[in-house]
Amino acid sequence: MAKNNELRETYYESIIKQGYSRRDFMKFATYIAAYMGLENSMVGQVAKSLETTHRVPVIWEHFQECTCCSESFIRSDHPIVADIILDKISLDYTLTLMAASGHQAEAAKQATMEKYKGEYILCVEGSVPMGDDGNYCCIGGRSAKDLLIESAAGAKAIIAWGSCASNGCVQAAKPNPTNATPIHKIIKNKPIIRVPGCPPIGEVMAGVIVHLVTFGRLPELDRLGRPKAFYAKRVHDSCYRRPYYDAGLFAQTFDDKNAKDGYCLYKLGCKGPMTYNSCGTIKWNNGVSYPIQSGHGCIGCSEENFWDNGPFYERLTKVPGLHEEGLADDIGKVGAGILAGGLAVHAIAANISKRKELTSRINRGISNEKNIDS
Amino acid sequence: MKKITNFKRVYVWELPVRIFHWLNVLALFVLVVTGFIIANPPAILSSAEATNLHTFGFVRFLHFTAAYIFLFVLILRVYWSFMGNRFASWRAFWPFTKKNWNNFWHVMKIDIMLMNEKEEDVSKISIGHNSVATLSYLVMFVLALVQIATGFALYGDMASWWLPKMFVWVIPLFGGDFIVRSIHHTAMWFFIFFAMVHVYLVFYHDWLEGRGEVSSIFGGYKFVSDERLKHAHNEDEVEIKDEKGIVATK
Repeated sequence: MAKNNELRETYYESIIKQGYSRRDFMKFATYIAAYMGLENSMVGQVAKSLETTHRVPVIWEHFQECTCCSESFIRSDHPIVADIILDKISLDYTLTLMAASGHQAEAAKQATMEKYKGEYILCVEGSVPMGDDGNYCCIGGRSAKDLLIESAAGAKAIIAWGSCASNGCVQAAKPNPTNATPIHKIIKNKPIIRVPGCPPIGEVMAGVIVHLVTFGRLPELDRLGRPKAFYAKRVHDSCYRRPYYDAGLFAQTFDDKNAKDGYCLYKLGCKGPMTYNSCGTIKWNNGVSYPIQSGHGCIGCSEENFWDNGPFYERLTKVPGLHEEGLADDIGKVGAGILAGGLAVHAIAANISKRKELTSRINRGISNEKNIDS
Repeated sequence: MKKITNFKRVYVWELPVRIFHWLNVLALFVLVVTGFIIANPPAILSSAEATNLHTFGFVRFLHFTAAYIFLFVLILRVYWSFMGNRFASWRAFWPFTKKNWNNFWHVMKIDIMLMNEKEEDVSKISIGHNSVATLSYLVMFVLALVQIATGFALYGDMASWWLPKMFVWVIPLFGGDFIVRSIHHTAMWFFIFFAMVHVYLVFYHDWLEGRGEVSSIFGGYKFVSDERLKHAHNEDEVEIKDEKGIVATK
């Protein structure tokens, strides 16, 4: 990284330049360290890294997406996240927030890619349509697939923001007309952090970025490539309504008394028990609430194929592999009924077909009974 | 028919096999019932505070306890397939032999398609499991492994013990809890189907053959005709020990 350092200020310098005090900066370092799941003693290290690390260039690509990830990010709790991490970090290229536009913007991206080859971080928001040679999503006359492969080539690491880039999300729901594909299925030779969620929590996004820039390496990832600090637990296992679940107290409809009393939404199709995310602990909108707290079940937005895993408001099990609404219990009940009928028919047929054998055995038994010495 | 058949008592199912069978029955029953409740719990009406209730937690506790029993008796059974008698041995389950396939087609013809033999061929009567049964047990064994892997994977994230943790790789393998839960739930139905067919066929054999098929899983004995045992002796399958065998007549 050394060659370009003189051109870039450190994070601390840009924070101070923006008019924040040292005290604000320290508050931010403490705040973000807590979200990253670091212990108290690491705050100093985070602060020091932000003071000494030169700004890491970031290219933020938008493909098939709705920009809810960016929206979530700029609504992150702490103002420094939006001001510094986003403004400064995304300075190089992000279509929605950058000042430049058109050819100018594309030229800025090209310049960053050349100048900081192997140093910049590539953030990708949205899935890439692979169908029809990528023609479903074009920016500046070039397909998303093309752009991704080009910008990924010189990236140090890739962050796949949101469920689109991580799992494909709604565009990849059946029948997936554009063949929308998550990033990790296209780029194989770069470290990829998957940050699923529709959108991911702003603090989670900030935490991932700050981890990358302060420690210079990826946060600890699970087997699906998600940062362990934020995706190690199910929403269910950190849900404040969990005691109602364990007690067996469930809301039956959204307007019954149980729902009003805040009972568990399991029977209303809450997907918390299958969803890995931090909603139960970090929450949303500056820690105000999260879906379950607001009385709506989790829809499992950070899980793969969550659009195709049955209805949001019912607890049903689909048969894996069946594309239609094949419900395991319906098919099972019909199957068991047919089987029982078949066995009954078999039993009758057996008695008819084997009648000779059977009568001779019964007769022998009767004659033996008569011959018992009495 | 004036042919008199003498039956000999043969110890077929040893104690570990019977223990496996009945603990497996118990575990499966509890697993299926609590599994249905967990999938779609009844909403209990209670004005008690959640703190004072643990109803659903208890149902889950039963499910997990039964799951451990299910796993441990399966391990016992696998162990016994190396230590037990010829009917318990893994060799009895090995499907890739000519003898096995002859028996398989014989059972398919006589017992499943209900055809009749002109003359009973004693060599084709099975003393322990028949080949259709062993094949179905092999399929159920694989399905049991699927249930153990998916079940403990779903459980593993809450567990602190290494045993359920051993299966946590299953979730990323399939992509998430959704699909793993669906597999777990769907595979359960095959255990119900299996139990139905299994119980029916046991009664079928007991009724049509009168060789103690039903009681064998309680006491371990089946009754085998002299002719069949002699054939087995000639084939070096079974040793006949007259002094120990109790002869039963029909």
